[in-house]
Amino acid sequence: MSDMDVLSPEPDAPIPEEVVQHKVIEARVSRGRQIGTGVALVLIGLITVLVLGRSAHSATSIFDFNASGGGSVPKLHLPAQTACLVLGLLIVLAGIYQLIRGFSPRAMKWIGSVAALFFVLSFLAWAGSGGSTVQVGSLLYQSLFLATPLILGAMSGLLCERSGVINVAIEGEMLAAAFAGAFVGTIAGNLWIGVLGAIIVGGLMGAMLAVFSIKFLVNQVVLGVVLNVFALGLTGFLFDGLMANNQNTMNDPGFFGPISIPVLSDIPVIGGLLFNQNIIVYAMYLIVIVIDVALVRTRWGLRTRAVGEHPKAADTVGINVLRLRYHNVIMGGCVAGLAGAFVTIGSVGSFTKNITSGNGFIALAALIFGRWTPRGAVGAALLFGFATALQTVLSLLQTPVPINSNLLGTLPYLATIFAVAGLVGRVRAPAADGEPYVKG
Amino acid sequence: MNTPTKGVPEGEQQVPQENAAAKSTLWELFRSDHPAVVTVLSIFAALVVGAVLIVISDQPTRDAAKYFFSAPGDTFSFGWKAISQAYAALFQGAILDPSALSSGSASKILGPLSETLVAATPLILAGLSVTLAFRVGLFNIGAQGQMLIAAIFSGYIGFAWHLPVVIHLLIAVIGGIVGGALWGGIAGWLKAKTGAHEVITTIMLNYVAIGIINYLLGVHGFQAKPYQNAISPPIDGNARFWLLPFGLGNNLRVNASFIVAILATFFVWWLLTRSTIGFRFRAVGANQNAAKTAGMSISRAYITAMLIVGALAGLAGAAQVLGPNGAVTADADAGMGFDAITVALLGRGSAVGTFWAGLLFGALRAGGVQMLASTSTPQDLVQIIQSLIVLFIAAPGLVRLVFRLRQTDHGGMAVEAKGWNG
Repeated sequence: MSDMDVLSPEPDAPIPEEVVQHKVIEARVSRGRQIGTGVALVLIGLITVLVLGRSAHSATSIFDFNASGGGSVPKLHLPAQTACLVLGLLIVLAGIYQLIRGFSPRAMKWIGSVAALFFVLSFLAWAGSGGSTVQVGSLLYQSLFLATPLILGAMSGLLCERSGVINVAIEGEMLAAAFAGAFVGTIAGNLWIGVLGAIIVGGLMGAMLAVFSIKFLVNQVVLGVVLNVFALGLTGFLFDGLMANNQNTMNDPGFFGPISIPVLSDIPVIGGLLFNQNIIVYAMYLIVIVIDVALVRTRWGLRTRAVGEHPKAADTVGINVLRLRYHNVIMGGCVAGLAGAFVTIGSVGSFTKNITSGNGFIALAALIFGRWTPRGAVGAALLFGFATALQTVLSLLQTPVPINSNLLGTLPYLATIFAVAGLVGRVRAPAADGEPYVKG
Repeated sequence: MNTPTKGVPEGEQQVPQENAAAKSTLWELFRSDHPAVVTVLSIFAALVVGAVLIVISDQPTRDAAKYFFSAPGDTFSFGWKAISQAYAALFQGAILDPSALSSGSASKILGPLSETLVAATPLILAGLSVTLAFRVGLFNIGAQGQMLIAAIFSGYIGFAWHLPVVIHLLIAVIGGIVGGALWGGIAGWLKAKTGAHEVITTIMLNYVAIGIINYLLGVHGFQAKPYQNAISPPIDGNARFWLLPFGLGNNLRVNASFIVAILATFFVWWLLTRSTIGFRFRAVGANQNAAKTAGMSISRAYITAMLIVGALAGLAGAAQVLGPNGAVTADADAGMGFDAITVALLGRGSAVGTFWAGLLFGALRAGGVQMLASTSTPQDLVQIIQSLIVLFIAAPGLVRLVFRLRQTDHGGMAVEAKGWNG
């Protein structure tokens, strides 16, 4: 501790005199927002009726809900045009009601989700009206699969940020771990050791984040960006210098295949979707549930939230703020490491340069979109996964009007911009997120 | 200050008494955490880590390491050879190749410097963009998106319109400025009006820009015939930055966009230190509440700042497309968006500092190409070195610890990116 006294406080370090700024968050819905959401609903409804309904072919679209494995259900035949008209009109009606009377905020949440579901259904019906079957089952399966690293990444960010350390380095942690997973897995000839390697490397990246932000008080956003560049450079360097010429001996770990859970996987639709995945997806379920419960039900969770909101108060009652932060940031790194393992040995079975391709940033966006709560983050990550999977599915369909996958691919990002701009309600980070704690 | 200071180790204090004052002041400076000292030591430390990585990736050294205990000398000699050759190639690619001197060809002698300037130009411009944002308390991660949108704008003007010399280039550059300003301005407007954090919006806008440019490069009219590669038609000669007239052979790629970078550096310096707007920017960046109390409009400062920030990154995009590239491609940003952040951090929030930082990282980039060509050391080493330099500079505490420097009230960066609630 003696060198801590010499080093700190930094001349420029913010002095946490008033760490927390008290802001009153209004629950009341303003008239402006009410009109805004109402108009948005009416517009979406009109688009469904006029654009999708009119351009849809009159054929029925066939929805196939069966994912690989699991019990089978009959295919759904949906007359595309009628579906678009009816669902669209329902959305318009909801919008008009919102404009005139206004739903309560709680009801509006449900109405919004249902309207979004209706819109997606009409869109799929429209897309399938060209005569090809819409593989809804595999669309959902792909969504979950693609969302897995995002969910794990968001959980990693959540562990850090709820205890007050901003983690922009999720991308870097994942990338370094993805490399380690492929490399260690191949060298050891064992996928499990590969996963272990990935988790350790993720944890080491987390430790770097922790030491530099907690001990050396480096600005955390800057630090995250720098760690990302570092991981990108390091993995690229090692890939070119070691792996590229030794693909068989260094970059051929194989990958985890799906494991179907005996009874559960026989449930129609859900069984094939949820319980016929690989081991890392199952680990993800477990991590999400543990974090969701532990954050509000355990001593650790209470302390984490206390340290993230008001470290000084936490310190006063005897919680070791810095130790808890070290703990959580390194643990977060390990979770990001598992996400990295999923990217290589959980899906494609080899490493390529920049294989995470911005997934860590999307995970960060999911975390913020989900308002720093486990459930919200999972929902947002699933949404991103769905949007990505939709691109693949649509490219296989004969849609009435061709859709450009590049433009469609920008939708989740635009949605995030709208979300953080407050159209889904104002988001608020843990109050001490990003503030280094200097005992004083 | 001629009394020995606490932080200086015992052995270093044996200075002759007569000129102790002069000598110890200089020595103390070297042993203190003065920003210049920290910067030099950070670069040194980053190069040392880089050397370790070179050894790891070197095949002969790895082979020698297998019989390390029977002949340890081999490992060291191969390792040393790998390090010295790689760093020598880095130097030759970035500054001067001594073997070219004897050939007497001007383009060979100046070639490396020319490549350094070509690589440095967009880095300086995008770095200035990030630097300016830092001073207003904003973190511009969106230089990539701003460069891409600017590349679309100035590229389209460049290949689709046909205008006279000078005017065409001017309008194409203005197009890039407008495109970049638009993309930056969106983030600024969102920040000012809704409080949406610019780190998230700019990252998201990067992906949107990537989607747009990929889309456009598949659209007839923007994509070049025969519509097979994702590339636009070549930019009109009139809209290209002219090569600098050294009269030394035309193999040098350095072009007038470097002059634009110098002008932009001057502009940002003037803006930040001499103009009223710049004063407002700095006031808002230093303390929002104080600025608001003094009657400044925070939201106007954010919007204006992000417009200029985007315009600067836009210039970087224009410099790429209208300069060495000569056509619009999806990688028009060449990964400069994130490098620009490291440039700005190394520049410590000053325009001139950013200029030198851009030159240094430009040299590393240019040298990296040569290093790959002659020693097959992967170029990514440059990225590692860059990130480590910035990491060490951002953590003066670590540099002090490793090199046992004395703590003074120097140091600290003029940049502050705030947390999500800021």
